Amino acid sequence: MSVSNKPKFSFGELLPKIVVAPTFVATLIFIYGFVLWNAWLSFSSSRMLPKYDWAGLKQYERLFANDRWWVAAENLLIFGVLFIVICLVIGLFLAIFLDQKIRAEGAIRTIYLYPMALSFIVTGTAWKWILNPEQGLQKMFREMGWESFTFDWLVNSDMAIYTVVIAGVWQSSGFVMALCLAGLRGVDENIVKAARVDGASMPLIYRKIIIPGLGPVFFSAIIVLTHIAIKSFDLIVALTGGGPGYATDVPATFMYTYAFTRGQIGVGSAAAMMMLMAVLAIIVPYLYSELREKKQ
Amino acid sequence: MKLSKIGLSIAFTLGFSMAAQAADVEVLHYWTSGGEAKSVVELKKLLESKGHTWKDFAVAGGGGESAMTVLKSRVVSGNPPAAAQIKGPSIQEWGEEGVLANIDSVAKAEGWDELLPSVVSDVMKHEGKYVAVPVNVHRVNWMWANPAVFKKAGATIPTTWDEFFVAADKIKAAGITAVAHGGQPWQDATTFESVVLGTAGADFYKKAFVELDPKAINSPQMIEALEIFRKIKQYTDEGAPGRDWNLATTMVIKGEAGMQFMGDWAKGEFTSAGKKPGVDYICAPAPGTAKDFTFNIDSFVMFDLDNKELQKGQDDLASTILSPKFQEVFNLNKGSIPVRLNLSMEKFDDCAKLSSTDFVESAKRDTLVPSMAHGMSTFSATQGAIYDTVTEFYNNDKVTAKQAAAKMVKAIAAAADY
Repeated sequence: MSVSNKPKFSFGELLPKIVVAPTFVATLIFIYGFVLWNAWLSFSSSRMLPKYDWAGLKQYERLFANDRWWVAAENLLIFGVLFIVICLVIGLFLAIFLDQKIRAEGAIRTIYLYPMALSFIVTGTAWKWILNPEQGLQKMFREMGWESFTFDWLVNSDMAIYTVVIAGVWQSSGFVMALCLAGLRGVDENIVKAARVDGASMPLIYRKIIIPGLGPVFFSAIIVLTHIAIKSFDLIVALTGGGPGYATDVPATFMYTYAFTRGQIGVGSAAAMMMLMAVLAIIVPYLYSELREKKQ
Repeated sequence: MKLSKIGLSIAFTLGFSMAAQAADVEVLHYWTSGGEAKSVVELKKLLESKGHTWKDFAVAGGGGESAMTVLKSRVVSGNPPAAAQIKGPSIQEWGEEGVLANIDSVAKAEGWDELLPSVVSDVMKHEGKYVAVPVNVHRVNWMWANPAVFKKAGATIPTTWDEFFVAADKIKAAGITAVAHGGQPWQDATTFESVVLGTAGADFYKKAFVELDPKAINSPQMIEALEIFRKIKQYTDEGAPGRDWNLATTMVIKGEAGMQFMGDWAKGEFTSAGKKPGVDYICAPAPGTAKDFTFNIDSFVMFDLDNKELQKGQDDLASTILSPKFQEVFNLNKGSIPVRLNLSMEKFDDCAKLSSTDFVESAKRDTLVPSMAHGMSTFSATQGAIYDTVTEFYNNDKVTAKQAAAKMVKAIAAAADY
């Protein structure tokens, strides 16, 4: 295409833009367009089918007056905080242990990372069987002779949300381990050696030098885990089905139930907007700090 | 507004391409399991013998939830199927949207008003005109019992809730789970509505779940029903939460549990396990509800289409569904009873015969009531509100019956208020 005589932009310069354009347009419509559409619906009086009128904040009022919504929000808080903290702690320790120049590190690393390869549906179903008091752990221990062993969290309204944490942590801590391991490998050996020469013990070196150096790794891990937590839907559906009752409902399952099975699209989209706000509250500061770092 | 116009124009072009390929009668349904799928094939054959092409549009899963999601997107884009499986008050919701076809001409010609009990035909009409055709009648207030378990425990089949707890205690003492329950909101609600009907009667049931009268919902009767309902939990096993209904039925079949409260679709499980009614299992009305009948009626609504041939197809589909032949074949497969009155029940089993007699009798007695748990008595939003309070109360011992009754009033008001 050397036909054009001195166009403003040469084809070579335009090519990347042309290639990216369809994706850009698709993203614009199917992500941002639909976000706006959803926002519109959340201000309408939509019930079974979408309606395009103006109902003000009515749907949000209904949402905030709904007990089940607050159960869902509280569950998200419990699940999110525990899931992230436990994943980080376990992931970090696994990574530190793996980093001790042990034998068969590759094999062990793969074993810990493998749960990541499963979908949450599989994880949820497997843990449902393991935690079911009539089939899983409790039955196994009782049959082994420990008659009084009780582990019925899955069927206990107060404790069921913690079983979701267990399954989520099992799935995702390997991922944090991989991130931390990469971070650990990036720590300058010389600093560690210098610290040793100064007489610092290994725990002290980890505490004062290495772990603080992993800051950016933790940061990325927290961002990824947070939006896994906020969006979590499949894990809940497979593991507890939101039950017992609606004790393990989270905003995503709440939104689905109202928008699609109860003919209350307005309330559902208001719930979806609240989830979007929660994600934004985390992503915006992240992007801001990222962009600022680049400028510097 | 603009969006719907774009949707319409897209649908318009789609509509043209559809019309070009002759008249395929497209039917959206969620009958995909064993006996149900067989019945659909039967319907297809009968319709094709009338010269139409059946275009199957089966969406499995979630008791029709997935099917409804697909249907909404098709209707919003202006390209609805010819017919769709929609039941209960939802028919009115769709009618309000103005997308349904009027099939009064077939109904008049075949005299549906005489063929159907008025409780049923009222549901099928929107603003006095038929927009839907009923397929079958399920009875929801059944109790399925394993006689061998009862014999072993020395218990008798209960006919009141007091007797129920006597029998349940005996079965529990014999070391067997008395009640096979699946702890999912709809199953909790299914059991609960039978308790309400059995303790407070049909008139109260109607006031509470059909008229949604706050005075009935937050009343001593309701509080008593709630307390009895939660007492049942002591007779279920630890694995109950989240269990699917058919697994609970299997427990009764295997003698691992004494009884289950479930609609007559449970019969299909007994039949496919080779069990005989009256011998291997007993179908009895839930305690205290022998004279009452909670119904769950499947139906097909017809969508408003421009194509003349398709309209003919819809009329023929409607008339086929109510034909005695289809009614018999379908209901034998599905475990329900024909919706058409005065049909011979000879080929049906004893449970279906009892159900059929009670259906007619309760209609006369005015104790034929729509099932709340199966979306026959209220819109889905209100049904969901009742589900929430009932299932929370059942699972959370910290909520008292009084609080639950008050909560139910509040939740129903919030769901209805627009």
